[in-house]
This record gives sequence, structure tokens and C-alpha cells, in this order.
Amino acid sequence: MKTHVFSAIRLTVVLLVVCCIVYPAFIWGIAYFTPSHGKGDTVEVNGKTVGYTLIGQSFTQDKYFNGRPSAVGYNAAGSGGSNKGPTNPEYLASVQAAIDTFLIKNPAVKRADIPAELVTASGSGLDPDISPEAADIQVPRIAKVRGISEDKLKALVAQHIQGPLFGLFGPSKVNVLQLNISLDHTK
Amino acid sequence: MHTEIIGVVATFIATVLLAIPLGKYIAKVFSGERTMLDFLAPAERFFFRVSGIDATREMDWKENLLALLTINFVWFLYAMVILMVQGSLPLNPDHNPSMSPDLAFNTAISFLVNCNLQDYSGETGVSYFTQIGVLMFLQFVSAATGVAALAVVINAMKERTTDKLGNFYNYFVKTITRILLPLSVIVAVIFLLNGMPMTWEGKDTITTLQGDTVQVSRGPVAAFVPIKHLGTNGGGFFGVNSAHPFENPNYLTCIIELMAQSLLPMALVFALGYYLKRRKLAVMIFSVMTIGFLLLTIATIMLEVKGNPMITHMGIDMHSGAMEGKEVRFGAAISAYWSILTTVISTGSVNAMHDSFMPLSGMNQMLGMMVNCFYGGKGVGILNFYIFIIIAVFISGLMVGRTPEFLGKKIEAREMKIAILIALLHPFLILVGTALSSYFAAHDTAMGWWFRGKASGWLSNGGYHGFSQMLYQYTSSSANNGSGFEGLSDNNPFWNITAGIVMILGRYLPIIGPVAIAGILAKKKYIPESAGTLQTDTATFGLMVFGVIFIIAALAFFPSLALGPIAEHFSMY
Repeated sequence: MKTHVFSAIRLTVVLLVVCCIVYPAFIWGIAYFTPSHGKGDTVEVNGKTVGYTLIGQSFTQDKYFNGRPSAVGYNAAGSGGSNKGPTNPEYLASVQAAIDTFLIKNPAVKRADIPAELVTASGSGLDPDISPEAADIQVPRIAKVRGISEDKLKALVAQHIQGPLFGLFGPSKVNVLQLNISLDHTK
Repeated sequence: MHTEIIGVVATFIATVLLAIPLGKYIAKVFSGERTMLDFLAPAERFFFRVSGIDATREMDWKENLLALLTINFVWFLYAMVILMVQGSLPLNPDHNPSMSPDLAFNTAISFLVNCNLQDYSGETGVSYFTQIGVLMFLQFVSAATGVAALAVVINAMKERTTDKLGNFYNYFVKTITRILLPLSVIVAVIFLLNGMPMTWEGKDTITTLQGDTVQVSRGPVAAFVPIKHLGTNGGGFFGVNSAHPFENPNYLTCIIELMAQSLLPMALVFALGYYLKRRKLAVMIFSVMTIGFLLLTIATIMLEVKGNPMITHMGIDMHSGAMEGKEVRFGAAISAYWSILTTVISTGSVNAMHDSFMPLSGMNQMLGMMVNCFYGGKGVGILNFYIFIIIAVFISGLMVGRTPEFLGKKIEAREMKIAILIALLHPFLILVGTALSSYFAAHDTAMGWWFRGKASGWLSNGGYHGFSQMLYQYTSSSANNGSGFEGLSDNNPFWNITAGIVMILGRYLPIIGPVAIAGILAKKKYIPESAGTLQTDTATFGLMVFGVIFIIAALAFFPSLALGPIAEHFSMY
């Protein structure tokens, strides 16, 4: 018994060195050679950092493409989903309210064209993407607010669609931050 | 949608194809044959010398268990101490506080037993020192503990009579050096190339395009996430686990994380076949596991792709499926696949919020944990399956009037008693815990410090779903899974302590039981197979095992599932 206790303590120290110092230091070393040096890829506009590519931002103004609802208000100091069950009356009322608000803001859109992801909150609360359909249906509103032609905006959305992985696997998506940065540069 | 389904199918096939050669490799590692990582042998010898361990000395089952439990207890003390003083330790750029004793107890146990239930949030609850020095450490060693226990059991299944079942330390250290560390490095590099952060800097403050000021949590994520999955641990670096864009940046990393968590549980089944030279047995086990897994998966994908009928009713476009709690870059199909994979094996990482899945999807997730051996956790999945095999052998033996035998060893009263106790332990822990908490929630009991307020404050949803939240929590604890219906407010002494106790019992007894059975069987006389032997590697026997699993899970859990997810499902129409 005693030998097992002392062996256990010594082996624990050895493995702490291997798993918690050598291994992470090695990964950290490799990270240094990635473009962001492991600090996360940022997006810059005119030399100023406006965000992280992977972290979604809150876009509530009508002149921008809006992202999905977020349970944490897109504050990446934390993260979280709504954790509401599918039959929760309070939750269903909030989805209904999101649909109604969207229809008021986008009178040109038919109710049956609103994609479900645009009125439901993501798991992380930081979802950086929307589907191409969710971007397209916002085009008429933005065209009106900004005075840019709808065709031009549709082309802009099309440019920003990231297709399935290797063209085969998974959904298509649009990064909302990058789309809105390009939008700011479109005249 | 069809590209999403193709993604799921490709992920599954690729995992199985990789698991077969990996299983062969693992069998070689444990039998001491030559492998391409033999250049690590001097390092391993050095580790053993420093620790004063003779890794070549074979031990009996009792001493192997003693070694396992002793070192686990050392880790528990270490983890408790660090968690309770982390606020004063270095590598804490966000100045997160030390944990309260009850939260530290829950967290230390949770990571020690490979469960990774988290009653804290990574961004605010732990320092980088804790993430790497305690939690990631336990992810390595708890996974290796499970594999080492399995190696002892497989060793006992050989055709011979012995009480020498190998050396726990030898299996344990080699699992880390030969399997977990090399794979973690490969996976980490893929993650780094896809933009996962690996930094010691704290939160960054940015002004967004729209002019809001927000903070962005970062950290040494790319070192943490590989072992989180390879070790079927599942504890997230961030609060929302692999739904967080930094913890799972894109569809490719999603596939890699799915493969990383299921690769070793599948490979261990093949390793068993190669090691014992009983491929048909491995194929039987793998087939039963796969059929069970696919039944749950296909049903769940269909439910999630179809979407929430109560939202369909509002007249919007549902073609992306049930997206509440899911990320656009993954979509509904692979999120559904993930939710079942992570619950049948004991990972418990999530890429979507299980609380917001359709009621019957939630039921399937719980069934995955209630059965807990369709692939199952690192090592322990097969140990659980072993218990069901023993029961199936006994029942079939009685049915056809033959002495129950498994791999040439007679199954007698003592082994059966252990097997039945272990099989009943799981429902016992889950149902007693749920009954207790439901009582408090229904009576809205207030109990001061114990509840930090009233019991009604626990649940983010009322009615059937609220019951499911509590049932899920104990199921996840007992199965050492660690995922949750995260709407449950579980950071209070009641949940921290009761779930902690359930986790300990749900981990160590299901390891002690099978090791004891295997140890007792190994000492018995080996009876060569004859025409009268019950064949245990046939499809018929596989069906028998499936039947035993189904009956135990269905009989024990159906009433509680009827009160929760099934009732909620019917309330939708």
C-alpha cells in the first residue's frame, strides 16, 4: 500500500511535467507560426481592429445585415444559448415576437420566406454566420436605407457565400461581420 | 440539406475506417509487440525509474485495482487544493476567483472520473493554470485510467488460468505516451491551422463595427480541445463547449472533433479482437454497438432536420431544421449526429444546446447515456458491455440448458451477483437522484445554504421539460458523460454534492465490478471449446445481448422517460 502511495505521487509529478508543461509548450510553439500567433484571427478596417473573424457581433441597425438572436448579446466575455425547451411558452412567444419585428422592419418579405435560424438563438450566442437565404431576404431593406441597388447587394452577398467543405460536406454560410465590412465600402 | 447528410455519413465511415488500423496498433502496444513509437521506450523507462515503479511486475486484479484507486485519490486531493486557491495562483489574467468548496468538490470529481460535468463556466470560473494544470491533466489521466482498466480485463480474457493480469502502471503510462499524446499533437496542429487560439493572454476588449464595446475571451484552447475529445472527457474550455467559435471554428474542425471522440472507443473494440485473436467476437460487439448507435442517430437526425412543429406552425421557412441552440456553420444534421455520439460514448461535449433539442431527441440522448455502452467511454464502454455479455451468457445458458460459459470460463453465482449489482446500480443512482430533486422542485422547498434559494429557481423550463432537465443531469452524472440540459441552475451545494456522489459511484463501481469478475474468471480452470459450448461470437448471441440491454434500459427507465420527454412530445401536437 505504502509503495503504491509514494509511486502514485511521484508518477503524478512526472506526468504533470509531461502533459501540462512539455505538451502545451510544444503546441504553443507551433501556434507561434500561425498567422495570428495563436491569439485569434482579427479583422481590421483602416488599421483598426474591429473584431475577430470567428466571433459574431451584434448588428441591430437597419443599415447592416443583422445576425441571429443571441442569449448573451454577443458579448464574448461569456457564452451561452437560451436553453429554452422546445415547448416553453415564454420561448415560443419570443420567437413569435422576433418574426413580427422582422416583418415590420422588412415589409417586402413574406412570412414563409423567413429562415428559422434568423429568429432562433444560436448555441454559443456568438454565432458569426447566417445562411445565404437569411442574408438575401435582408437585401431590399438595406437597399432602401443605403440607396444602393438590390442587384449590387445581391452580388455582394453572393461573393461572401462560403459553400460546403470541399463543395461536398455541410451547410453554406455567410460571415456577417465580413459581409458588413464590405457593405460599408460599397457605394 | 443533402450536403449536411453527406457530411454526417462521411464522418461516420471515415471514423470506422481509421479505427480498425488504430485498434491493431493499440493491441500491439498492450501486448508489447514492436510499433513505430518504440523510440519512446527510454523515456517511459525513465518515468518509471523516477516513480520507483517496476512496470514489468505482473499484479493480480486486486493489486491492479489498488494501484488504480490510490493514484486516483492522489489526483483528487491535488485537484481540490488547486481549485480552491486558483485565484491566488499565476496564469490568471482575467482574475477569476477561487472555487467554493462544494463547487471544487464537484469539479474535481467530475474531471477525475472522466465525466466533465461543469457547474462553472470556463470564461469566468477557472484560471488558465487550472485549465491546463488540473482539468487538462485529469483529461489525460482519467482517460488512461479507463483504458488501463480495460487492458487488465482483456488480459484476463485470454485462454489460460492465471492470477497475473499485467501491470496497471505499464498500461496506464503507455496509453498516455503511445496513444493520447501523439494523437493530441496531430489534432492540435489541425486546430491551429483552422484558427483555434493558443495564447496565455486574457480577455481582449474591442469596439465592434456598430460601435459597441465588448470583450472576447481567449486562452490556450488548442492544447485543451484535442484531449478533451480523444479522452472522451468533454469538458469545455468555454462555457458553451464546442459550440463556441474558438473551440470549434468550422465544419472541418467539427468533423475532426467528432472523429477524435469516437475513434478510440471504436478502436478499443477492434483492439480486443486483435489482442485475443477473436475477431468474430469483436465484430459481434461492434455490430451490436453500431446498430444501437445508428437507431438512435437516425431518429434524432430526422427529428432535428424536420424542426420544431410549434415553430413550423408560425408559418416560417423551416428548411434549415430546429436551429434553436445550434450554429449555422454546423447545421441541424451534424449537430444531431454529435448529440447522440457524445451521449453514447461518454464524452459529453456539445456543439449545440441539448436543452433546446426536440423532446424525443432529448430522450435519445438520455437513452444513449442510460445504456452507456454503445461504444461507450474510453475503456469503460467495453467494461459496461462486458457486464451485459455476462448477463446474456447466463440467461442464454439457462434457456438452452447448458452451463453458462464465456471464453472457456464458467460463470457462477459470485460473478452473476457482481454483474447484476453493477447493471442495477446505474438505474438506481439516476432514479433516486431524480426522485429526490423532483420532490424538492415540486414542493418548492427552501433549504438555505443547501439550495441557495428555493428549489423552483433550478429550472429554466416548467412542466415536463423541467423534469427532463433533472433526469438528464443525474443520467449524465451516473454515466460519467458530463453534458447537460444547461438551463438547470446546478451551481449550488445540493446539485454539486449529490451529482458529485453519483459521479464517484457511477465511475468506480463499474470499473471495480468488471475487473473483479474478469480476475475471478481468469483464475478458474480453462475449459476448451467443444460442440456443447455456447457460441458467444455469433449473430444470435449478439441479438441476445441487444435484447438484454434493451430490456434493462427499457424496463428501468421507461416510466421516467414517459413523464419527461415522451409527455412533452405529445404536448406539441
